Amino acid sequence: MPELHVTTREGDTKTIPGRSGASTMEVIREGGVDELMALCGGELCCATCHVYVDPAFTDRLPPMSEDEDDLLDGSEFREPTSRLSCQLPFGEDLAELRVTIAPED
Amino acid sequence: MPDARGSATTGWSGRYDVVIVGAGHGGAHAAAALRQHGFAGSVAMVGDEPRLPYERPPLSKDYLSGETPFEQLLLHPPAFWQERDVEILTDRRVTTVDARAHRVRCDDGTVLEYGHLVWATGGTPRTLSCPGHDLGGVHTVRTVADSDRLRAELPAVTRAVVVGGGYIGLEAAAVLRAAGKHVTVVEAQDRVLARVAGAPLSRFYEALHRTHGVDLRLGASVERLEGASRVAGVRLADGELLPCELVIVGIGIVPAVAPLRAAGAAGSDGVVVDERCRTTLPDVFAIGDCAAHRNRFADDAVIRLESVQNAHDQAAVVARILAGTDARYDAVPWFWSKQYDLRLQTVGLSTGHDATVVRGDPATGRFSVVYLREGRVVALDCVNAVKDYVQGRKLVAARARVDPALLADPALPLKELASA
Repeated sequence: MPELHVTTREGDTKTIPGRSGASTMEVIREGGVDELMALCGGELCCATCHVYVDPAFTDRLPPMSEDEDDLLDGSEFREPTSRLSCQLPFGEDLAELRVTIAPED
Repeated sequence: MPDARGSATTGWSGRYDVVIVGAGHGGAHAAAALRQHGFAGSVAMVGDEPRLPYERPPLSKDYLSGETPFEQLLLHPPAFWQERDVEILTDRRVTTVDARAHRVRCDDGTVLEYGHLVWATGGTPRTLSCPGHDLGGVHTVRTVADSDRLRAELPAVTRAVVVGGGYIGLEAAAVLRAAGKHVTVVEAQDRVLARVAGAPLSRFYEALHRTHGVDLRLGASVERLEGASRVAGVRLADGELLPCELVIVGIGIVPAVAPLRAAGAAGSDGVVVDERCRTTLPDVFAIGDCAAHRNRFADDAVIRLESVQNAHDQAAVVARILAGTDARYDAVPWFWSKQYDLRLQTVGLSTGHDATVVRGDPATGRFSVVYLREGRVVALDCVNAVKDYVQGRKLVAARARVDPALLADPALPLKELASA
C-alpha cells in the first residue's frame, strides 16, 4: 500500500500507510495525527482538514471544485498549495504524497 | 487492569489528574487536546458505550444508509489513545459525583478520584410518553447501537413513521426514502425545523421532502402507538391511524446531567457553566450538549448548543486551561445537515431574529436565508451555497449592519457587504 508523509504544525513528519478507497483526510486520521480536525467528517461542510500539498504533487491532484475553493477562501492561512484533504482520494497515483497540516483558523 | 483496548476492567479504581465523563465528540477532543497542549498528568475517559470515540453525525446519514462502515467513524485509531496514555473506560456510566471528595462512582462499581472533572455526557434522546411508546420497533438515534438496531429492522419494513421534523428526523427520513420505504413525518409544530430555523428554510425542506415522496404531517400530534409487542401503527390526535412497522422518534435530547445536579451543580436545562466552561462545583467543567453557557451569538442568553462545533470548541477551551493557558469560549456557532443531495451549512444562531432575507431562489436548490436582529446579521442558513456560508461568517462574527435590499441580491457577494 502506498504511503503518505504528513508534517504536523510542530514540524514533525510522520509516515503512514494509505488505504485504498480512502480520502487523504481519512488516511491522516487513521494514522493517528490529531491536529487534523476534519470536524464534518468529509462532507465538504467545514475547512478543518486543510493541508498544504508538496508542489511536486500538484499535477497529480484532482481539480478543485468551486465549493472546496470557497471553503478554503474562509481560511486566513490559505496558500497556493492549499487543499482540503477530504477532497483528495488517496491511491497509487499519490504514493509518497507529502502534505503539511495548515494552522488552525 | 486495562485490557488490550486500553479499557479498564469492571471495578477498577484509581486516581487520575483529569477524569473525563463522556466519550463523544467533546470528551474525545478534550482528551486529545490535553495531550496536544502538553498536559503530562494522568487522563481517564469514561464512556457508557462499548466503543472507542466515534463520529455521531453520520448515524442519521451515511452510517444509517450503510454507506460508511463503523471503522471509518472512529475519531482516532485505537493505538492513538494508547500512545497518548489516555485510559478509556468503556461500557460504564457515572452515577454519582462526590464533588467534595473529588470522586465519581460508576454503575459497575468503578470508583475514580479526580483532580479535575470534565463532564461531557451530552444527552439522551427524549422519548414519547404516550401509550405504546415502549413497543418494539420504536427507535431513537443517538448511538451506533441505536443506528445498528434500526438498520437491522429495515429489510422487514415497508412503512416508517418519523416523529419529529428536526434535523435527526428529516435526515433519517431522507435515508429511509432513499431505501425505498414509505415514510411519514409527523411534526407537532406548523413547520419543520421550527426550533432551529426560520420559516423560509422550513418551507424549503417541507417541499423537498414532499418532492421525494415523504408524507409530511404538520401540526399533527401523536395520541398513541398501536401494536401488540411490535409497533403496527401511529394513532394521531385527530383519530387517523398511520400503519407502519417502524417508528423513529427525533424530538430532541435530555441533557445527561443528573449525577452532577445531584452533587449540587447549578442549572435547570443542563448545567450552568461560565465562559471557561466551569460549573458551580469546584474543579468540575462541563462541555458540549449539556453545558448551558452565556453565548454572545445568542445576545448573551444562556443556551445549550447541540453541535459538534460546540462540543469541540468547548473541549479545546478546557484542555487549554488544564494545560496551563487561560482560555474562554467565544466561538462562532456552525452546523451542517445533509438531506438527499443537499448540503445545508449554518453559521451563527437564528434564535431571536426579527427579520429574514432570502438570497437566491429556493426553487433552484441553491439559496441562503440571512437572519437579522435589529438590523444586524446574526445567522445564515445556506443550502448548497458555500460561498455565502464562508463570506456570511464574517458578517455574523462582526454582527454587521447591512441593508436587507443588498443582502437579497445574490449577485452581490456577501464579502463586499461586510463594511457597507
